[in-house]
Parts: sequence; structure tokens; C-alpha cells
Amino acid sequence: MEALPASVDELADGLRDVGYLPGGETALVAFLALRLGKPVLVEGPAGVGKTELAKALARHLQRELVRLQCYEGLDEARALYEWNYRKQLLRIQTEAQGSAWSEVQEDIFGEEFLLARPLLHAIRASSPVVLLIDEIDKTDQEFEAMLLEVLSDFQITIPELGTIGASSRPAVVLTSNNSRELTEALKRRCLYLWLDYPQLEHELAIVRLHAPELSETVARKLIEIVGMVRELDLKKPPSIAESIDWARALLLLGVEDIDAESFTQTMSVIVKHRTDVELVAARVGVALAAAS
Amino acid sequence: MRTQGGGIDARLLQLGEELRAEGVSVGTAELLDAFAALAQVTWTDRNAFHGALAATLAKSQEERRVFDLVFDRFFFRAAEAAALREGVGEPEAVGAPPGYKIDLEELKQQLEQALLELDDARLRDLARLAIAALGTSEGNPAGVVGLDVQRIRRALGLRSAIGADGAASSVRREALARFEALLRAELERAQIQRNEALGPKRPLTELDRALPSGPSADLVAVHRVVAQLRRRLASAGSELRGHHRHDHVDFRRTLRASLQTGGVPVVIRQRPRRPRRPELYVLCDVSTSVSSAAVFFLSVLHALHDSFRRMRSFVFIERVSEVTEVFARERGFKEVSEMIAREAGVADVSGYTDYGRVWTELRALIGDDLDRRSTMIILGDARTNGRDPRVDELAALTACAGRTIWLNPEPRLYWNYGDSVIAAYEPLCEVFECWTARQLEEFVKQLTRTVPA
Repeated sequence: MEALPASVDELADGLRDVGYLPGGETALVAFLALRLGKPVLVEGPAGVGKTELAKALARHLQRELVRLQCYEGLDEARALYEWNYRKQLLRIQTEAQGSAWSEVQEDIFGEEFLLARPLLHAIRASSPVVLLIDEIDKTDQEFEAMLLEVLSDFQITIPELGTIGASSRPAVVLTSNNSRELTEALKRRCLYLWLDYPQLEHELAIVRLHAPELSETVARKLIEIVGMVRELDLKKPPSIAESIDWARALLLLGVEDIDAESFTQTMSVIVKHRTDVELVAARVGVALAAAS
Repeated sequence: MRTQGGGIDARLLQLGEELRAEGVSVGTAELLDAFAALAQVTWTDRNAFHGALAATLAKSQEERRVFDLVFDRFFFRAAEAAALREGVGEPEAVGAPPGYKIDLEELKQQLEQALLELDDARLRDLARLAIAALGTSEGNPAGVVGLDVQRIRRALGLRSAIGADGAASSVRREALARFEALLRAELERAQIQRNEALGPKRPLTELDRALPSGPSADLVAVHRVVAQLRRRLASAGSELRGHHRHDHVDFRRTLRASLQTGGVPVVIRQRPRRPRRPELYVLCDVSTSVSSAAVFFLSVLHALHDSFRRMRSFVFIERVSEVTEVFARERGFKEVSEMIAREAGVADVSGYTDYGRVWTELRALIGDDLDRRSTMIILGDARTNGRDPRVDELAALTACAGRTIWLNPEPRLYWNYGDSVIAAYEPLCEVFECWTARQLEEFVKQLTRTVPA
């Protein structure tokens, strides 16, 4: 078992080294999760770095990242395990002559015929992994209930084989966009972290980290504009990821300063609904034109 | 804090109690987690202590907000109580020898600087300086803290906007709110010290709890109430089941039971009464005059569809259109409202509600299906845009239905003003005012209590 971080600051520094700038609370909760061996439920608007947190943790701890992307209708066969029935059939056919059914039956429900899906894979891994269960709010409540066994006891029960316990305890990160209320039972088993749009300085640091060639003044102006855009009542406010994309787009175009013209040209990077575009152009674009 | 017994463990349990009192669901499991988490962090760092408790005790954004408020209140009061007990007081007027006049202009400048830097410790010092300089007013003997806060703020000339620079305003608003909170805390502290007793605990108000929100956040709130409501509707339905028994003898089962007693029917078996489910007909106005309420109503409709099988729903503006199918097909609320907007085709020419025409069309649609068991719920503002309300048509409908309920999304104050004709419809049905989730809950209580069984 590798060493866990000894302090919050150590973990924060580690995450910073792999290109993720954690907010104060983010590092603290991640630290607690690792030390207590509990899953973290990360909620927040889209694109504030929920998924990125899990990836950064994996990079920092040098663990494998096992990702389970949730969607409506996700079932056990896709998340836990599935019997490889083609192989089982083949086995039965080759053994068809001369062997008793009981032997075959015992045979075909062995580990050899088990297809491990992300959750089983994470549990059985010999060295600890980081398990990312992404967008848990997209699944239905039944699936959540099934997760409970995995999350609290880190074990999976397969009727034909018995209970498979974790050989190593994975660090689990669940993300949710808050599109529906998760069950109390699930929340009780997790630590909770709410990620929101970061403070101006923090976001500036993030953008500077990912687009270092952009001059500080332009980057600051960019973040201020993004902040203005977020204050409007939009269908989808721009995320951190989009701020970074915008910074890169400006770099590619070789824009020296953000004025009304370059803003309207590149606005589509951060605003992605037709009605939003109109609103932003009307408010922010005009404000920029007046300023210059 | 040993003096009061119990130490930090007892304190945390008290904090848990207070959180529960404010509606945060803190279970034993959460508290155990909190203790485990505290073992991992250094307690000297206030942020770490606060963060560790928050991550384990508050499990949603709303709970987190309540947690922060309760946490501040709890530890502020705990510290003050301890100070009172130990007789430790803050020296009055920090660093100001008697007779020394604090320069207001200088104070203002320093404050602006601290607000820019968001320096918490500095802000706290300045808050105390400001109180020392401006004092607690004589005109406020009751010691209402809010008044003093406002007075000091005015005296310092603090405004949320600096010039025409709009971008910085949100940061500034936050900083100002922080300063006001510190002012308030200091004033309360001074008051406690003067009175040598803790004042009564102030429960959180709705305003405290409310998250700064946009329309989409409101929708989430409606959904949450509707989810509770659905649970209540579901359980209310099953409560009715198995109440009074019918007096129909189940002949086959009585004979079968009589075999035990040698063919003598000692035990009479009765046919179980089939619970009679209410049949719901829900009509929802989706015109522009109720556009803000329409979202609310559609989500109610959405939730009702999950709990009642025998339910038909209609939307109307100028014409009426059945949307039961849409709800049966689509699960997500967003998809449903999009499909209704696209497919229902209820707007004809003007897009203004025409109640008279709607009643006529509706009678042609469902007039034959209505019977004593059916309940009609109408969601609308009864604004006819000057058209004929056709009370007679609605009367014909309500005469067929067992019960008719009207939910009006306007405050009662506006009823019957302008083109609202709710008074004409009122004798025909039970009219409820319903524009908040709480009023909706009230209504549901009424509905489920007297469902025609």
C-alpha cells in the first residue's frame, strides 16, 4: 500500500504539480476522503472541474483511473459484471460429449467467464485505483441502491460466485450535476463537496496555468468578462473549461486585446445557445464597445 | 469548555441538534464521520475545522448554506457563553485612549483598502474601530443590532457600486456583506458583554436560507416540494384502502372456509372492496399571462401523473388539447414541456386565453366521460381577455364532475381586477390561491383528506 498524503497542504501541492489548482476546500475534502477511505460526492455546475479532480487525483497518486460514465438506463451488466455467455456456450459445446452436467455447470460460472465491468474491475485491482463514477444523477434510483454495497463495504456480491471483497480500497469520486436529488442513503455514505465557479484570482491562475503564453492583462480581462457573462441569466453559463478554450482561441488568433470586435468574433467559444448569444452580445458586447 | 461538562464531543452533538432543528438531516452516521474527519485535520486552522465538519454533515448546496449559518451562530454563542462564565471581557474601544478621536476619513480609506484585499482579520479590526468611533446610538435603547449596522454603514459612506465599473461589483458586494456580518458580530458581542447574558437565539429566516438563485434554481425547489407531495399523495391513497368494508359476501371463499367446519359456514367471507381511485382531469392554462406559473403548474401535472394512473391532462390557451400521451411517453420534465410547446398546438391566432371556447371544446371532448367519481382540477388565472366567460358551459361540466377545483396562480389581491372573472366561476368550484409551493402543499392536504372514495 502506498503512502497517503500526510497533510492537506501536501495533497494540495501534489495536485498543483499535476496541473490542477484546488480551492481550499477541495484539497481538504479530497484529503479527508483518502484518509477516511470514504467516497466523495462532488456537486456543482457543469465544467467547474469535478471530473478533472478525479483525474488529477489519479495522476498525483499514480493510480489507474477507472471511469464509469453513467447514463439513463445503465444497468448492472454494464457497471458491475457480466457473464461471457458466448464463451460459456463454446465451453458447453466442446465439453458436450462425455462430461456430466454438474461438472460443466460448476465450470462455466468461474472467474474465467466473468467479464469485469468498471466497478468490479476497480474492486479487484491488485493496486488501489481511483474510481470515478461520473454524472451519477443521470442514472435511476435503482442503480443508486445497487451502488450502496460497493460504496460502503467495497464489495460486490455475485450470486454464482459469492461475495468479492476489495483487495485494495479504491478512492471513489462521484460527480453530479444536481439534475435530480440523490437518495439520502447514497449521500450518507459520502463526503460532500460543492464546487462552484471559482473566485476571480483563482480562475485567473487556472487559465494562466493552461494558457501560459497569454499575457496577464489579457487573461485578467478575459476572466472579468467571463464573470460578467456568468452574472447574466443564461441557459448555460460559461464554465472554467470554456474560459480556457477561449484563452487558447485568442492565442491562436493572435489577439492582443479583447475589444468589442474580437469579442463578438470569438464569443461562440463561451456562449452556446442562440438566445444566450443574443443576450450576451446585447449586454457585454455593448459594454465593451462603450469602454473602448 | 470543560466547565460545562462533556468537552468537544458534547459540543458537536449540540451542533448536530441545532442543525437538525434547522432542518438539516444529520444522522448518527454523519456525526461519526464528523468525528473521524476531525481526527485527520489540525484544529487550530479554523477553515480546516469548518471544512471537515461541512463535508461530513451537510450533503447538499442548501444544507451547506444552512450549515454555514448555524456553524457561525453556534460557535459565536458558545464562545460568548464561555467568556461570560469565565468573566473574560474584551477591552472596550481597542487602542483608543480616552479622549482620542478616531479620524473618520482615515478609517474610510483603510476600510476601502481592506475591502479590496478581502483581508478578514483587518476587516474585523476595522469593524471594531468603527464601532468605537461611531458608538452604539442612544436613539436605539432596545439595542436592535440591525439599526446600528445600517447607521454605521451610512456614516462610513459604503456603497456597493464603485463608479460605473460593473464587473467588480459582485466581488465588492461580497466584501461588503462580509464587513456587515463582522459589524453585526461585534455589536452583538458588545451587547452580550453589557447585558452579561446571551440574548435569545435567532432562528434562521426563509430569507437567510434562500440561495441566491435564478429561475432554474426555483424549478429545482418546486420539484423538491412536488416530490414530497407525491409521497404524500401515494401514501394517502393507500390509507384509504381497506377502510370500510363492503357487505358483499364472497360466496366461493365462504364455502371454501366452511370446509374446515364440516360445511357449516361459520365464518362469512366478504368480497374485498376495490379501492376506488379518484379519476383526475387536470386542465392547465399555458398562455403568456400565466407563463411564470405555467412552469410551476406543468411540474405539478408531471408529479401528479406519477401518482395517479387514471388521470387525463389537458393544456389550453385558445383551444384545448389533451397531453396525457405526452406524459405517458416522456419521463423528463424538460422533454415534456418542450413537447407540449411544440406539439400541443393550443395557440390559435392571438395567443390569448379564450375560456368560453375552451369549455365548449372540453365538453365535447370529455363531457361523456365525466361522472360522480371524477375530479376536475383547473389551473388558470381566469383572465378572459374580455371574451365571454361562458359560465353556463363550465356549469354543465361541473354538474357532471363530482368535484371541481380551481387553482389560481395570482395573489387573491388581484382577483376580479381587470379581465379576471374568477368571481363568476367561484360559485361553481372550490377556488384556491396557489402560487407558492407551500400553498400547493396546503391544497394537496385538502385534496387527499376528502378525496371522493
